[in-house]
Parts: sequence; structure tokens; C-alpha cells
Amino acid sequence: MDKRVTFRGWLLPAALVLPQLAVTAVFFFYPAGQAVWQSLFIPDPFGLKSQFVGTGNFEFLLNDPFYRASFVTTAVFSSLVTLVSMGVALWLAVLADRLIKSSGTYRTLLIWPYAVAPAVAGVLWLFMFSTRVGLVAWYLGLLGYEWNHVLNGEEAMALVVIASSWGRISYNFLFFLAGLQAIPRSVIEAAAIDGARFWKRFWTIVFPLLSPTTFFLLVVNVVYAFFETFGVIHTITSGGPQQATTILVYKVYADGFVGQDQGSSAAQSVILLVVVGLLTIIQFKYIERKVHY
Amino acid sequence: MSGMVEKRGLSYWMIHAGMILGVLLIFFPIWLAFVASTVSQADIVKPPMPLWPGDQFFENYRRALFSGVNAPVAVMLLNSAVMAIGIAVGKIIISLLSAFAIVYFRFPCRQLVFWLIFLTLMLPVEVRIVPTYEVVARFGMLNSYSGLIFPLIASATATFLFRQFFMTIPDELAEAARVDGSRPMRFFVDILLPMSRTNIAALFVILFIYGWNQYLWPLLITTDPQMNTIVMGIKQMFPSGDDFADWPVIMATSLLAMIPPVFVVILMQKLFVRGLMESEK
Repeated sequence: MDKRVTFRGWLLPAALVLPQLAVTAVFFFYPAGQAVWQSLFIPDPFGLKSQFVGTGNFEFLLNDPFYRASFVTTAVFSSLVTLVSMGVALWLAVLADRLIKSSGTYRTLLIWPYAVAPAVAGVLWLFMFSTRVGLVAWYLGLLGYEWNHVLNGEEAMALVVIASSWGRISYNFLFFLAGLQAIPRSVIEAAAIDGARFWKRFWTIVFPLLSPTTFFLLVVNVVYAFFETFGVIHTITSGGPQQATTILVYKVYADGFVGQDQGSSAAQSVILLVVVGLLTIIQFKYIERKVHY
Repeated sequence: MSGMVEKRGLSYWMIHAGMILGVLLIFFPIWLAFVASTVSQADIVKPPMPLWPGDQFFENYRRALFSGVNAPVAVMLLNSAVMAIGIAVGKIIISLLSAFAIVYFRFPCRQLVFWLIFLTLMLPVEVRIVPTYEVVARFGMLNSYSGLIFPLIASATATFLFRQFFMTIPDELAEAARVDGSRPMRFFVDILLPMSRTNIAALFVILFIYGWNQYLWPLLITTDPQMNTIVMGIKQMFPSGDDFADWPVIMATSLLAMIPPVFVVILMQKLFVRGLMESEK
């Protein structure tokens, strides 16, 4: 993948890549290096000196019940967000795909929640489920269900999952609809002539043909749930109650900025770096495979 | 032909009904927020709140925009606009330049540069917050626009996109430019930039939304309410104690916070969809 025709000289290209490299070095590589470095130390309580502990911070983390719990919380949270947002989006996309003429209109109607910031989505859902003024909470109360996500961990989890999935539906819908529309009509019509009913057609033909889109969305949504939902958690629950909604990214923030536990926060950053690295590799492996087909 | 798969019977209308239900469910939180931003606090603290807009629209938005809770929302809107436009324009400029260098030159360490940029894909700001914060603090960039913009400006995605696009441009154009003896930067400005117009616009839409919706980073580095962005400022409007939150003003602010990015998406839908699909390839 190289151009045959190129310009001569190296001073100009060096000057051209300099801005990007400078920003990358100062705000990406240096801080990432710092995170790795700091993860090997424990600062004393006054922050004057720090003591080298090697892998001590990591060992402590992996044995820390709170950190383990946060891993489980993150796994539950991101699975639920992925499942809910992709499930609803697929359902809507399958419906919209059958309405050939008006699918564009529905796309316009469904596309824009993507632009709503996770933090703003958090405030909207918090308002509906607020224990004191929330409309939905009030109607649930009328039905005899006492909603209180401030005290109940499972309800808190449910609320952050819904709020995180809500804006994400439009994104997934867009990709599912594009994927569905790329499937040749003739294939589906052939099955229809053979007498296959809609759902039979869907599960035996459409869904398998859609699998590249599904897999891509799976990875992207897990990345989203891991790293971009901080705003939802911070606005709705602040990680509570009793850390029931403290996902890993939230814990880095809570330990590093609120708790001022630098060594531990840095070690958590390094672990997250590994997680992002793995997810990115999976994503690229998948793209490579797609290119081969 | 389509009649075979798409029957216009009962099921056709059922599908429409299903879609409309889905759209309404997705709209509902926004509708409630809008209603809340047009009624008085008294209407809200006595649930259930009304489902139809009240007459406090101008009063609530005036209070939000010009007095707010900690800072006037008009100030926060300005901060968000500066940050979002700064990030989008900055990313596009540095990515265009570096993609041009990587595609059209053979210089030492070209592969290394490419990989260094590539690696930044793996480092979202969320995982390196503490050290990045320290860097920004040391530069004295806390509570400043440069502190809001620069750490988020390096982007592997944009560089890749432009690299990909430049690869598809016929070699003859560069050849002709070289034969003419025109300098590389002339070629860049006169030929590459005009050809990249649509890509630049599509990317701008995506990056504007990305910048506007940032939350964690402004939360860390803007301790001065006058520097708060609107998306992170909303949470700061909630009282810390047991007091009732000023919901009408908070909801008016939430709507103001979503109008610019939503407007951009709807107005530039084609470009947006294109940018989204391209940048995720």
C-alpha cells in the first residue's frame, strides 16, 4: 500500500508530522509512561517521597475484593449495555428494513439520540426515576413498587444500563440497517419462494449474513460501555450504592482523584491499557479478515 | 418483486406501529425534559409532573442562560463551542498534515511514525487521566481552553481516514504536479485539500460531536465554574445536600446542551452517516 509517485526531501515531511507527534508525545506517550512508572511505586501519605514496590500495586489490586467486584460490575454492565442496545437496535432495523419506502424517515427519527452526550442522557433518566420527583418512579409507586436506585444496587445498575443503552440504539440501528440493506433482495426472495416464513428466513439467512456487522458492533459497544459511559455513572449514581455501579474507569477516577491513591490508580490505568490493547487487536484482526473476503 | 417480501396487509401496518412505538419510547425522555423546562418548580416537586408544557418557558430559559446555578449557561455554551470547534479543527489540521507526509514522502522512520500514531488508538483519555492531568497542570493549562483542547487533539482515526483517502487519489495528479515543478505544498493546497472537502466535512461533524460531548476531561481540569463546559456543568447544578434540585433550570440546560450536536446531526445527516461509517472502518 505505497504510492509510486512521491515527493523528495525529508525536512518538509518531518515538519508536517511534527505537530501530531508533539501532541502525541506530550499528551499520550509521556502520560502513559508515567502511568506505568507510577504503578510501581507507593507514595508516602504526605506525597513527599515514594517507595518502589515493583508489582506490589498489582498484587494488591488483584487481591482487593473491591477491585475484583469492580471487574465483575464492569462485565455485567457492559454485557447488559451491549445486549440491550444491540437487541433493540436490531429489532428496529429489521422492522425498518421491511418498510423500503419509509426506512429513510425512520432513520432520521432514530439517528439523533447518538448526538446526546452520555452525561446528558444520564440526567434525563435520573429525572424520570428520581425517588422524589421522577414520573416513572411515581407510577411504579402507584403500582406498589418502591423504586429507589439510591439504596438498591440492582435498581441502580438497571438505571445506568438503560441510560447508557438509550443513546447507543441509534448508532447500532444505523449499522444494522446498512447491513440489512446490503443483503441482496434476491437471496431473501428465493427463500420466500421456497416458502420460508419471515422468522425462519431471518434466522437461517439474514442473521448469518449480518454476522460481520454484529461482530463489529459487539466490539465497538463493549469499548463504549467500558470507556465512554463514565458520564452516565457519574451523573446518576457516582458509582454507588456500595460501589454497585463502580465500573473500572470510574474506579480509576474515584481512587486517583477523589481518593488520591496514586499508585493504585496508576496500576488500574495500566490494567485498562492492556484491556484496550486487547480490544483494539481483536477489532483489527476482524477488519483484516473482512478485507480478505 | 418487492411484493413477495413486503406484504401490504395487516402486518405492514403492524410494522409501522412497531416503529412508531420505538420512536416514541426513544423520544419520551426528551419530551419529559422539555415539559419540565417549561413548568415551575412547584409543578415538579409535587409528582406526578404534568405531561404537557406549561407557561414558564421563557422564564426558565432566561434564568438558565443568564444566571444559571454556578455560572450562566450562556458562558458554558461558549466554552463548549470553543472546545468542540477547537478539537475538531485541530484534529483535522494535524491529521491532514501528517497523512500527507506519510503518503506522499519517503522519509526516515516513516513506518515508526505511522506506528506511533497508530498506538494512540489504544489510549483513550479515560485510562491515562491522572498523569495527563499532571502534565496539563505543570504547563499551567488548568482552567484554560488550551488545556481543554490540546490533550484531546491527537487522533489516529482522522490520520488513518485521510491516509486511506489519499491512497485512492490517482498518481497522475502528483506526477503532473511534479512535472510542473510545483512544490509539494502547492500540490497539497491546490489539489489535495479541494479533493478532500467532503471527507473533511464528514469528519468535522463526527469530531464536533465528540468534542462537545466530552465529560471526564472538562470535569477534571475546569474547577472554575466560568470555564465549565455545558455537558459537565449540568451535574454541578445539583445541590450537594438534601435540597431539591432546580429541575426546571437543569432541564432547560440539558436541552440547551443537546441542541447544537443534535442540530448538526440532523442538518448534515448524509455527511454524518458517511463520516461515522468511514471512521469505524
